[in-house]
Amino acid sequence: MQLSFKNGARANGPASLADLGENEEGTLERIDLPADFAHRLMELGFVPGHAITVAHSAPGGDPRVFRVDGSEIALRRETARHILLRKQ
Amino acid sequence: MGDCHGCGSSCVPPKQAAMHKLVAIIGPPNSGKSTLFNRLTGLRQKVANFPGVTVEHHTGKADLPGGHDVELVDLPGVYSLHARSEDERVSHDVLHGKMPGLKRPDGVILILDATNLSRHLPLAASVLSLRIPTLVVLNMADDMRQRGGAVDTGALADELGAPVVLASATTGEGVDEVARFLSGGIGVPKPVELPVLQDVPACRQWAREVSREAGYTHPAPPVWTRRLDAVFLHAVWGPLSFVLVVGAVFQTIFTGARPLMGGVEWAVGAAGGLMRAVLPEGVLRSLLVDGVWSGVGAVLVFMPQILLLFLFITVLEDSGYLARAALIADRTMARVGLQGKSFIPLLSAYACAVPAIMATRTIENKRDRIATILIAPFMTCSARLPVYTLIIAAFIPDRQFIGPFVHTRAAALMGLYVLGFAAAVLTARVLKSSILKSERTPFVLEMPPYRVPSWRTVGLRLYDRAMAFLKRAGTVILGVSVVLWALASIPLVDGKAPPIEQSLAGTLGRAIEPLIKPLGFNWKIGIGLVTSLAAREVIVGTLGTIYGMEPDKDSAGLQAALQKDLTFGGAVALLVFFAFAMQCMSTLAVVRRETGGWKWPAVQFAYMGALAWLCALAAYKVFS
Repeated sequence: MQLSFKNGARANGPASLADLGENEEGTLERIDLPADFAHRLMELGFVPGHAITVAHSAPGGDPRVFRVDGSEIALRRETARHILLRKQ
Repeated sequence: MGDCHGCGSSCVPPKQAAMHKLVAIIGPPNSGKSTLFNRLTGLRQKVANFPGVTVEHHTGKADLPGGHDVELVDLPGVYSLHARSEDERVSHDVLHGKMPGLKRPDGVILILDATNLSRHLPLAASVLSLRIPTLVVLNMADDMRQRGGAVDTGALADELGAPVVLASATTGEGVDEVARFLSGGIGVPKPVELPVLQDVPACRQWAREVSREAGYTHPAPPVWTRRLDAVFLHAVWGPLSFVLVVGAVFQTIFTGARPLMGGVEWAVGAAGGLMRAVLPEGVLRSLLVDGVWSGVGAVLVFMPQILLLFLFITVLEDSGYLARAALIADRTMARVGLQGKSFIPLLSAYACAVPAIMATRTIENKRDRIATILIAPFMTCSARLPVYTLIIAAFIPDRQFIGPFVHTRAAALMGLYVLGFAAAVLTARVLKSSILKSERTPFVLEMPPYRVPSWRTVGLRLYDRAMAFLKRAGTVILGVSVVLWALASIPLVDGKAPPIEQSLAGTLGRAIEPLIKPLGFNWKIGIGLVTSLAAREVIVGTLGTIYGMEPDKDSAGLQAALQKDLTFGGAVALLVFFAFAMQCMSTLAVVRRETGGWKWPAVQFAYMGALAWLCALAAYKVFS
């Protein structure tokens, strides 16, 4: 069940950062979060058009470390879900 | 920005060597600002490889060749100058001359991470556009070159309209240049127009162009950081190595400090003996030897242990490992309703709750901040360490516990740390689901690359701690010892000090005995509990003074004396009491200041005291 859902998501490409697997890369489309927080994320390198790679996860899979603009930033899954990726 | 190419910095003659009086140091977190600040001023200040540690601004005087005197102010690490968090507000206010009591800086040292230049250039744009003479320091140049990065500082200076130097605060590269800037020896080129944009993508675009013009080659990714993270963040090895690291720390605090403590104990005893021999018998000798020296000396013995604890904390912080620990702990923090940001102050509370409570200023959410302030004193601060080790060494036999490595005493100490942490977590849970309920705030944490800690920084920090410890021993503990000696010496019986039970101190102890008798404590411990309201470790000094004034004081020191006064159950109860009770005036004062009133410190004192009493009672009943 879970697998088929995952495949479904894959068919259209990953929708958000939370859908990427380890070492996978995506291009940021937009951040669907309150303006203040989105601004903070942008200062850290989460800028539309930038490539983001998934690095390590904490044991248990959450939070995850994302490689962006030369640095590594950890975010929780609940945040990563709102960082949307460009359709491929 | 490109309109200045015809006339770069090179064609503007250096201005008249202007003396800077106040110079601000600013830069993003983890750029090594504080390390450079330490290099320049020698002033001890906390440096950590961890975002959000420096919250208040620190000032110090730089010693410069030629007798110039420059005051430096180290600002919190910020990514931008938009005043959104307290950190950014502090930096913004200082640079705009709006910080009360601080004039507008005459110069700025802007520190950027050379290994990640383009990311931090937008900050450079907003700082440089303030038109304060600014030196741009590209720190961690050694790291950048090692990983194959490069930059043309001349070209970058032209692009930015400010002098640029490569530096490494750890190796000392470029520090001379910074000193030259401070003494006015570096000319400031003609400023260029720089974009200060609210629009981040456009700012980024500009940063990328500037980096390209400056021939910036981005260094290769830090290979070792990735290799180490593969272990420290591994699903199995990660938590396992965390437990091993912590276990090793506790074991070393016990066994590693032993010879040093023995040395200090011998020195304290010898000094006491010398004073006794030199001084004529009388009130003065009694005050100095039995009162002051027994009290202060009993606490001094624990200095090696406290320094060892700080050695570990500093090394873990500076190496970058603590950020990984925060990542591993985030799930637990989320479960009790706190955000990852609360973890940073809580970690520093292991050293002392006072800086921890000040560090909560990085938490934007007011309710989260109050909750973190309320639980921080549960974390086992270093002042508890002397109390814990004294009682553990007196009552728990040293046996192998987990393999040959961790012994029973280290395990007991670890257990007390866990107990404090559990109390903090449960309290947070209760607070966050009742009076301090709020929406979950997001967790964002930068993972700095692993670095070999700078021994200079570690040394400075330890020196600083040692001085703070000695200062406390020389003020609070000395003062309490003198007062206690006086209370224990009156009323005089036949011109001599009375037996301690009949003295004023003894009367005081007996007065509160009914309250603490159910916990297995007698009046002597009671006196210690009263004096330790000033600071936790004072109880050790107090017991030193009380036993020092007893006639049969040839007994084998504090431990043996304690074994006569406490049962095993009472000892466990005392440990539990110290784990939970709020016995620290400095902490209460800082909570009052940070929360703006007596309400929260009063709540905290009452809650922690009640919890301590009830749990000590339970412990006494279980272990007797």
